[in-house]
Amino acid sequence: MDLKKLEEIPKSYLKEILGSLSKLEKLKKIPFFTGIHFKDAERDLSRKIESYKKVERDAKRVWKIVELSRDENRPQCLDYINGIFEDFVKLSGDRLTGEDRSIAAGLGKINGKTVAVMGHNKGKDIKQRLEYNFGMSIPQGYRKSQRIMRLADRFGFPIVTLIDTPGAYPALEAEDDGQASAIAKSILLMFEVKVPIIAILIGEGGSGGALALAVGNEVAMLENSTYSVISPEGCAAILWKNPSGTKLAARELRLTSRDMLRLKIIDRIIPEPIGGAQNAPGRMVKIVKKYIIGALERFAGISGEELKSRRAKKFESMGFFGTE
Amino acid sequence: MEKIKCKNCTKDIENEIFILNLWVCPYCNYHHYINARDRLQITVDSNSFIELGKNINSDDFLKFYDVKSYSVRLKETKLKTSLNEAVIIGEAKIDGNDVALGIMDFGFMGGSMGSVVGEKIKILSNYCIEKNIPLVIFCASGGARMQEGVISLMQMAKTVSSVNRVKENKIPYITIITNPTSGGVSASFATIADIIIAEPDALFCFAGPRVVKQTIKKNLPPDFGTSERNLKNGQVDMIVNRSDLKNTLTNLLKLFKE
Repeated sequence: MDLKKLEEIPKSYLKEILGSLSKLEKLKKIPFFTGIHFKDAERDLSRKIESYKKVERDAKRVWKIVELSRDENRPQCLDYINGIFEDFVKLSGDRLTGEDRSIAAGLGKINGKTVAVMGHNKGKDIKQRLEYNFGMSIPQGYRKSQRIMRLADRFGFPIVTLIDTPGAYPALEAEDDGQASAIAKSILLMFEVKVPIIAILIGEGGSGGALALAVGNEVAMLENSTYSVISPEGCAAILWKNPSGTKLAARELRLTSRDMLRLKIIDRIIPEPIGGAQNAPGRMVKIVKKYIIGALERFAGISGEELKSRRAKKFESMGFFGTE
Repeated sequence: MEKIKCKNCTKDIENEIFILNLWVCPYCNYHHYINARDRLQITVDSNSFIELGKNINSDDFLKFYDVKSYSVRLKETKLKTSLNEAVIIGEAKIDGNDVALGIMDFGFMGGSMGSVVGEKIKILSNYCIEKNIPLVIFCASGGARMQEGVISLMQMAKTVSSVNRVKENKIPYITIITNPTSGGVSASFATIADIIIAEPDALFCFAGPRVVKQTIKKNLPPDFGTSERNLKNGQVDMIVNRSDLKNTLTNLLKLFKE
């Protein structure tokens, strides 16, 4: 057995393999047994090693996508807003207790039509990141987006959301202010409005914080963006109880755009320039603009009631289970 | 006589007294875990419960494997809890009042919400609309079920949409927050009810204390996420002792009936 191979399998699978290996070695020491007796065991073991090597390769491939989705040179929400919407006017505040800068929101025009646009903005250098709280929102942010969605609904403006967040901000004040109910109300509101909602995941789609802007009539993901119920780091900490499981968790969570399309969670993948959006931010913005114009055309002329009921039907049909 | 130790005051409680006291410590009133079947027993009129959606089972559609496969985890937890999922649903009477009732069980994979919990909440919502009876859900959950990946996240949207239709039909919707209710369940159907009741000692939050502590790198106030703090912060309508819950529910149901 070539022990070098073992370096290529995930650490958490190593114990199992080493166990089988030492059993095999013990068998080999029994004089009566010849090659025939452990040929099957040897073959099974090397098959197992090969499949675990594939798991490791897969995990590395998925991890590259996670890194791309978090790349700081990727175009961010404000790049898209500034590059796509004419006459954009930024709106602030939830009219209740504050202003959360991690969500940028306002009104602008695209293709001659007014839309409401909002999204998480992460910031590009450390100063901006602190200002935008790394794209992690607090209840004030969700309530601001609710206010602007209601405004859009009253005036019949379609809603475009740009999602890029590691998740909602886990802080004491956010909890005290009702983080859970703020997110729940955002989701609820997105089932109530009678205008088209186009949701685009542009980077990280982290958990409830992402979903709070992602209940769209059409949901699209940039090729190298991710969408997940929990960060791979968080998942590894809970299930593997060890950060070494992070890349494996990323694989198991099936968080890539291709997985989402296969699971019918999203409607479209928006292709990125070769190597990723960070290589040609200007081109990426143009591709997204073209996508938004197309998506808005697809929903033009559909009644508000119909848009609303299609959203409910779409999300209520999600899930996989057996019936017997 | 078998005894159990109170988690809070560490006093020994005789098992029989503990159960007669509805799994609440007779010395310090600490509300301990109660499984879904027992909760059902102490909440509804005897023999009034008709279970729905019994035939729906979880499926390891992602072939999720961490240190154990999801399908093995499911088998083990089914054996341990003799439940088929983290929520039981059905029609029942509470002091003569018809309700569509859901009861979550934290013992089933931490009460986590996957496809089956989502589908059952949808079935229950449809049922209460069809029968025009109030919707009552006892919540207990650590959040979304990671082993179902983003599909579990989508159950937040699915359940919110389902109970939204209940609300649109002007049917009263009441949730009871029990220990613990957090993550995906607290940020979806649990917090959009018309009336939110909390049991004493229930942890009720979005992010759990461990995660929050890690983020802010400071010690948390001892009452973080408790029912009492949530009442003060305006996140729940009232805190009700387990022994009074049935009466409170009956009273509310009557008020909505006029």
